[in-house]
Amino acid sequence: MFFLNNIWLVPLLPAAGAAIMFFFGRKLQKQTVSAVCVGAVALAFVFACLAVWQYNGYAHDNPGKPFERIVYTWLGTDTGHMNYIKHDGAPAAFHADAGFLLDPLSAIWLLFVTGVGTLIHIYSIGYMAHEGGYYRFFGYLNLFMFSMLTLILANNYVLMFVGWEGVGLCSYLLIGFYFHRGSASTAANKAFIVNRIGDAGFLLGMFTIAWYFGSLRLTEITHMARSGHFAIGDPIITAATLLLFVGACGKSAQLPLYVWLPDAMEGPTPVSALIHAATMVTAGVYMVARSNALFVLAPGSMKTMAIIGAFTALFAATIALVQNDIKRVLAYSTVSQLGYMFLALGVGAFAAGAFHVFTHAFFKALLFLGAGSVIHAMSGEQDMRNMGDLHRRIPITHWTMFIATFAIAGIPPFAGFFSKDEILWQAWTSEGGAYRLLWLVGYVTALMTAFYMFRLMFLTFHGQPRMSHEVEHHIHESPKSMTVPLIILALCAISAGWLGWPHSLGGSNRFEKFLEPVFAREAPVLQAEGESAQLAAGRKEEEHTSPVEYFLMIFSIAAAVAGFGMAWKAYRDAGKGYAEPIAETSPQLYTVLLNKYYVDEAYDYAFTGRRKVGDVRLGVMGLGEASYWFDSRVIDGTVNGAGWMTRLSGTISSWWDKWIIDGVLVNGPAILARFPLSYATRLLQWGLVQWYALVMVIGLVGFVFYYAVR
Amino acid sequence: MAPISTIHYLVVAAALFILGVIGVLTRRNVVIVLMSIELILNAVNLNLVAFSRIWGLHGQIFAIFVITDAAAEAAVGLGILIAFFRNKETVNIDEVDLMKW
Repeated sequence: MFFLNNIWLVPLLPAAGAAIMFFFGRKLQKQTVSAVCVGAVALAFVFACLAVWQYNGYAHDNPGKPFERIVYTWLGTDTGHMNYIKHDGAPAAFHADAGFLLDPLSAIWLLFVTGVGTLIHIYSIGYMAHEGGYYRFFGYLNLFMFSMLTLILANNYVLMFVGWEGVGLCSYLLIGFYFHRGSASTAANKAFIVNRIGDAGFLLGMFTIAWYFGSLRLTEITHMARSGHFAIGDPIITAATLLLFVGACGKSAQLPLYVWLPDAMEGPTPVSALIHAATMVTAGVYMVARSNALFVLAPGSMKTMAIIGAFTALFAATIALVQNDIKRVLAYSTVSQLGYMFLALGVGAFAAGAFHVFTHAFFKALLFLGAGSVIHAMSGEQDMRNMGDLHRRIPITHWTMFIATFAIAGIPPFAGFFSKDEILWQAWTSEGGAYRLLWLVGYVTALMTAFYMFRLMFLTFHGQPRMSHEVEHHIHESPKSMTVPLIILALCAISAGWLGWPHSLGGSNRFEKFLEPVFAREAPVLQAEGESAQLAAGRKEEEHTSPVEYFLMIFSIAAAVAGFGMAWKAYRDAGKGYAEPIAETSPQLYTVLLNKYYVDEAYDYAFTGRRKVGDVRLGVMGLGEASYWFDSRVIDGTVNGAGWMTRLSGTISSWWDKWIIDGVLVNGPAILARFPLSYATRLLQWGLVQWYALVMVIGLVGFVFYYAVR
Repeated sequence: MAPISTIHYLVVAAALFILGVIGVLTRRNVVIVLMSIELILNAVNLNLVAFSRIWGLHGQIFAIFVITDAAAEAAVGLGILIAFFRNKETVNIDEVDLMKW
């Protein structure tokens, strides 16, 4: 049990690699950097494999029980210092451990994240060989692996959020890896900011859960949610799950927060493969699947998720139909496939969603790495209009990418067929067929997926060469360190789907069986409530197959073949200035699609505040400016007006006091006393003693004279 | 040559009084003013003594009181004068106008 008990070492290995790069990377040789960083991730993969193997033994002894290992208490105490009040008034202790949770769900993520991560690290050795900042690149990649593994293995939402933010940071750092290029740093900012919007939702959802359940530990919340104390459609749980879904929308690039992902292609191609296709963008799916017990209690959230997922799938697929940048097609394809996953989650098929994440990780990583190999061969050219006829020059890339294309197009027996078909079947059957419209959306998307993927393949590898002679001269197959991961991933893209071989085709769907303990319900109370029980029961009823399932299967294979056929017809021998079938049918539609429905422009108008009409800023920033104007002019104006009025009344009252009270009433009598009385009186006081004496004498003479005369 | 009668004394006294008054009103030196006051007082004394020829000794007794009073008055007046001189370095009466508003 050594590996299982020390599962915390799995994220720490790449963290150590990142730390070494941070402190000493600059001085290290490229070989040392590769050895340390790739070694750390490979070791983590081996460790993870052994840990999952031991977990199987553990699960055999404790059926349905997740393995939880708490290393130490990270936040909160047991002394009640960090208590808060729950929604019902009861006190609850805020508590978050550095704890690690291994159950089938995290085991799957753990394996493919470390596995695909290792392959992409190896690939990067070749791809980044001629780039500056080699150690920086690998340090970031290792930091990303650490964050992603923390996210996956966290046993509570808080630690999960740490990983969540960590992968967001690494995504930002790696998109902006070529930071001297303006578009790259802008794209990095865009990714970071759009992700923050989602993260705000995640945080609020987390707080709501803490307030409602009094705990942030995943196992406890799941247990409580399944205990039957909470009603289906509980408004607070609905709110919490919707907020969590907002977080998932940001991280997993769903409408309306998907805009960052296509721009994230500014980063080096291995980054696009690892972070923006295989692992990080599935964090939203993982988080929702982890919270499945909550989502099951909130049918409203599930419906929202299914609808948004389906429409994201369709929306992104239509854009991908006409894009010319090879990585951009793949980026929109990723958004579209993530939409599928959320459709699956939304109709309650958590296992199918996780299964699609699993297969998608292989074939999409392969597609991106293949695209990287093409770009490498084309001396940095990414525009498919300038490619063509590469299949003879770079055969390994060609064949591996074709396998991935078959996988994503849903052609059996490649991986994508099983997972995509599972999702479509679940959409068809869920809630007694209430979601058949969503099935139709998914079906049309599947058709488009086949078309744009084969369009990409034909434009890149077939037709006539359209590149300049100089570029053509340089075309070469990539080094071993790049092709070997491609081949391994191709093998996975062929076989990964076999784990979920459906019952209807005589398989046992081991993948779903493996995940059953995570998604199965524990509460017999709720089993009675048909609809919800069906939502959550992990879809056991499909063990008996219906003819419809075979029919749908053939139908979706037909869609894939039709997409292939259309692409074959249009692009098989595309020469210089080849015609786009969509542009010929409807130029307006083509322009709209080529400009991505003008969503970026709309966001520009609505949110960034760069657009102005005259001096008036538009959108939210304009609203902010208007609010600022209102605040500074009207609110502050009122305040200042009140102040001005007070000052005015002060002036008036001081004038009154000075001139009326003091002037008339106080000084008036004083003046009266002064002028008529005091001036007259003071005339008598001239100060010469002898004059006083003279007056006395005159008086004396006067009196004498008066008495004498009388 | 008629015998000296009361009226002669009164004339002499009146002359002394007028001299004194003129001295008080016209001289600038405070010492001379005080001396003129003595003249006035002595004119009064002369009257008192002259009338005591007719009315008895009361007048003479009163005259002695007046002399005493004059002595006291001169002492006080000279004292004030010395204090005043120390402050203003003058004994001119027209420079004594501290009471002026």
